[in-house]
Amino acid sequence: MIAWLDVLIQGVLLGGLYGLFALGLSLMFGVMRLTNVAHGDIVVLAAFAAIAGVSALGGTAGSLWPLLGVSLLLLPLAFGAGYLLQRQVLNGTLGRDPLPSMVVTFGLSIVVQNALLQAFSADPRALDVGELAIHSLPLPGGLALGTLPLITFVISLAATAGLQALFGRTALGRSFRAVSDDREVAELMGLDARKVYALATALAFVLVALAGVLQAMRTTVSPGDGPLLLLFAFEAVIIGGMGSFWGTLVGALLLGVTQQIGFQFDPGWGIWFGHLVFLAVLVVRPQGLFPKTRG
Amino acid sequence: MSGALLRTTGLTAAYGDAQALFGIDFELRAGETVAIIGANGAGKSTFLKALTGLVKVPVAMVSFDGVPIGGAAPGAIVRQGLAMVPEGRRLFPSLTVEENLLMGANARRPGPWTLERLFGLFPILKDKRANPGMALSGGQQQMVAIGRALMSNPRVLLCDELSLGLAPIVVAEIYRVLHTLTAEGMSVVIVEQDVSTACRVSQRVYCFQEGRVSLQGASHELTREQISLAYFGV
Repeated sequence: MIAWLDVLIQGVLLGGLYGLFALGLSLMFGVMRLTNVAHGDIVVLAAFAAIAGVSALGGTAGSLWPLLGVSLLLLPLAFGAGYLLQRQVLNGTLGRDPLPSMVVTFGLSIVVQNALLQAFSADPRALDVGELAIHSLPLPGGLALGTLPLITFVISLAATAGLQALFGRTALGRSFRAVSDDREVAELMGLDARKVYALATALAFVLVALAGVLQAMRTTVSPGDGPLLLLFAFEAVIIGGMGSFWGTLVGALLLGVTQQIGFQFDPGWGIWFGHLVFLAVLVVRPQGLFPKTRG
Repeated sequence: MSGALLRTTGLTAAYGDAQALFGIDFELRAGETVAIIGANGAGKSTFLKALTGLVKVPVAMVSFDGVPIGGAAPGAIVRQGLAMVPEGRRLFPSLTVEENLLMGANARRPGPWTLERLFGLFPILKDKRANPGMALSGGQQQMVAIGRALMSNPRVLLCDELSLGLAPIVVAEIYRVLHTLTAEGMSVVIVEQDVSTACRVSQRVYCFQEGRVSLQGASHELTREQISLAYFGV
């Protein structure tokens, strides 16, 4: 019993990280119906940017201050990169046909992967977080909560709540929902849809950068990891329901718990257990568990 | 031709290779209500889209208060004082009534229209302000669509098929409200398939046929035969 409780706890914490992977994807799809195939690669790019940044600052092993500094620099950079990418490239691919945006982001995925290979080689790397990597909070029954996974989970929860509040209670969120509902009428109301889309992607990239840093803190990353991370994010979004942030988080938690259950049976079963749940949701409830609960 | 608030000169518009408007000359004077009638596909809605920047046209072909606005961004045109009530209402499904109304204030000009004044005009909307826009009846949705346009404090209201899918009693109420607006000095262009309503509520009528103006004149002077000929071409 205790072992299964541990599986549940570890699964929920893992799902928190998947939730961060997925929120950006959910945001971009929800506002623009754009599936960013390069999403996972951008997560990896952010992870390597953090690793390179900490290295450039000459961070000593286990010291978190350089990492904090790099992260604070990375978030506005990600915002700017997302804004520019959408404004200069992706806006031109949007329309009734989803294929152009998928082709362009697929191309971007290849470019990012190869650029990372060129710059960092195929070797896995990680951010050295020292004691934090192994620190945990003891629970009754011999269970333990990993401090870093717990921090990640709390950040994921806060990001989901923040996004939902932004969408439901602010003028910007209203604009996001309006251009998503009817771009033409939104423009008749004076909104510049291209600018609103750029802001959505900028916000998504901030979440992606956050996810990348936390991923590199938790485990190793290598340039070829992007597609798998995209798959996890995609599965979480589909399970939760397209365009719903709380649904995305629930989907991510479900994915994390399912993977942990699989790992409990056999170390090789975790990932495909997650795929099975994803396929089951696609068959039984293709719209996801909580489709499009806006605001 | 002097005194026109809104004017098009030889307006042409196309969707790709398919030309939809062929040299439309049109004018709307301050405080006037003008109706545009015509069969489906005559170019009425395209004309309104060209006026509002949703269909791109050469700059000199549309002028508002003497300023060329053809092809400008929709937001810039709204800020000039043109607002549109689109065909089929087209409320934002994920926004509440109040949020839908507030969307109209994005390109707000200085003027009298506020949420409170709108709720005075349409009291039922105040009670339903927190409801999803799409949960309202057709007539109430039309009130929201009109209110949303008014929130930008327009000088000209462009109304596309206000009566579409609404009960006659609701249509009468909507046009009563529109009459109130024109009495306060608002200029209105209505696109309407119901010819008798169009002639009753407007001072002048333009009839479109296959992207051209087939008839124009004072509403009370046009005969049923003239309109029938211009409308159907037979």
